[in-house]
Amino acid sequence: MSRQAAIGWTRVAVIVGFLAALEILCRMKVINPLTLIPPSEMAMALWGLFVSGKIWDDIAQTFSTVALAFVFSVTVGFALGALIHALPRVRRAVDPLLASYYSIPFFVFYPLLIALFGLNTVPLIVIGFVFATAAMVISTLNGLDRVPRVMTKTARILRLSPAQAVMQVTLPSAAPYLFTGLKLALAYSFIGVIAGEFILSGGGLGFSIAYAYNEFDNQTMYALMMFVLVIATVMNGALHVWEQRLLKRRTRA
Amino acid sequence: MNVALATSGPAAASAHAVHARLRGVTRMFSGKLSVHALGPLDLDLQCGEFFSVVGPSGCGKSTLMDLIAGLSPPTEGTITFEGKPVAGDVPDGIGAVFQEDASFPWLTVRDNIAFGLRRAGFDVAEIARRVDYVIGFMGLREFATAYPAQLSGGMRQRVCIARTLVLEPRLILLDEPFGALDQQTRLLMGDEVLRLWRETGATVMLITHALDEAAMLSDRVGVMSARPGRFIDVITTGWPRERDSNIVADPAFGVVTARLWSLLRGESMKAIGARGA
Repeated sequence: MSRQAAIGWTRVAVIVGFLAALEILCRMKVINPLTLIPPSEMAMALWGLFVSGKIWDDIAQTFSTVALAFVFSVTVGFALGALIHALPRVRRAVDPLLASYYSIPFFVFYPLLIALFGLNTVPLIVIGFVFATAAMVISTLNGLDRVPRVMTKTARILRLSPAQAVMQVTLPSAAPYLFTGLKLALAYSFIGVIAGEFILSGGGLGFSIAYAYNEFDNQTMYALMMFVLVIATVMNGALHVWEQRLLKRRTRA
Repeated sequence: MNVALATSGPAAASAHAVHARLRGVTRMFSGKLSVHALGPLDLDLQCGEFFSVVGPSGCGKSTLMDLIAGLSPPTEGTITFEGKPVAGDVPDGIGAVFQEDASFPWLTVRDNIAFGLRRAGFDVAEIARRVDYVIGFMGLREFATAYPAQLSGGMRQRVCIARTLVLEPRLILLDEPFGALDQQTRLLMGDEVLRLWRETGATVMLITHALDEAAMLSDRVGVMSARPGRFIDVITTGWPRERDSNIVADPAFGVVTARLWSLLRGESMKAIGARGA
């Protein structure tokens, strides 16, 4: 077994072991079943939600909202990052602001956003966007900072136009950092949207979790929580695998 | 050695013609403290010659190269390449290799080398033909599908040289391309450069801080003063065109190297701020 595979199996073993321990503790009533249901029951309840079709609307709403927040945050974040990078004075002014960006509890603005845009998905897109954009800006700045000067010099020696130089040399050179930005933006969009739904909204996974909680519907609540966890892990894992594949050729063997 | 060979290369047709000409060239850098980096200096690069520039660190050697390549404009003076003025725009026919590794880590060796040709819009067959030739010439055949990260520093520098060569530049600028390599690799890369210089007939200007390297490779060596860099002397080595690193055993090599050092010693002391130079 290769080292890589061994690490993979160890990871699986940790997760399976944790779930098994949880299952046993719940079954032995060490953990009160009114507090936490066994993982197997969560899975069954989740299956039930899929079969009854109740979950699909929530999935559609949450995912489309996250997708929009993600796309906006990545495009705007990248554009802003590139712009700030090109303007050193602005850069010096905003650098400390960017650094302290995530110390702001953005969710306090969420009620304001609802007042502004109404109780629909717009405030959710905005909160996801606001939460995710700075990560993309910071990653873009980071990536552009790390493009070696010799790369831009080479682009000029090869007589590339400024646009070609950006597309064919600068961006590929900064790609690993931009990829980090994508990963963070996706995670933050997810957190922003689900948390927003949780606080106040008319639908979505976060809303349904909050609703089930208020109804003492532990089965549904835990089923949905499990689903959100699995999806977040799978998406991040998929991005991670893709990133590793891209990076593999760029790092020394 | 065979002197006839020296004038039978592709450069022979235009032998003694001036390839690049600098007149009264000065470069200042403005900023909080304006720095007078270079000049005023004059230089004629002859067609097909191997010209090296040595000088104390910070004397503006690399600035000189940037100016000739058109990467930055001179503050004063004029630069012409093949009779046409160069002013902050890279002219066709100039290739450059830098000290830092400039291979593109996201492309295979082959794609790295083909990069410039693809941008220049050559057709696929022509690109394949030229790339194959250069890959063979630079001894990169078994690494063609490798990524730069899998290669040693010397090999990556070869990729950069190959990427430049494939465009068939008429003037090749080398900015300390072997500065990051160990001494043995440097000597061997020197042979490599001599070989490509002979076979392409291109004019080569090499910037280096290694006096032995300059003495071994060049037809002429320009010695620069401490900043602001000027030429304090230009030494003609008198080597035959057919030469290689074995020349280091020639007594004349020692004479040239010693001459370079006697010229540079005082300037280098100025550059590091020593007194009594």
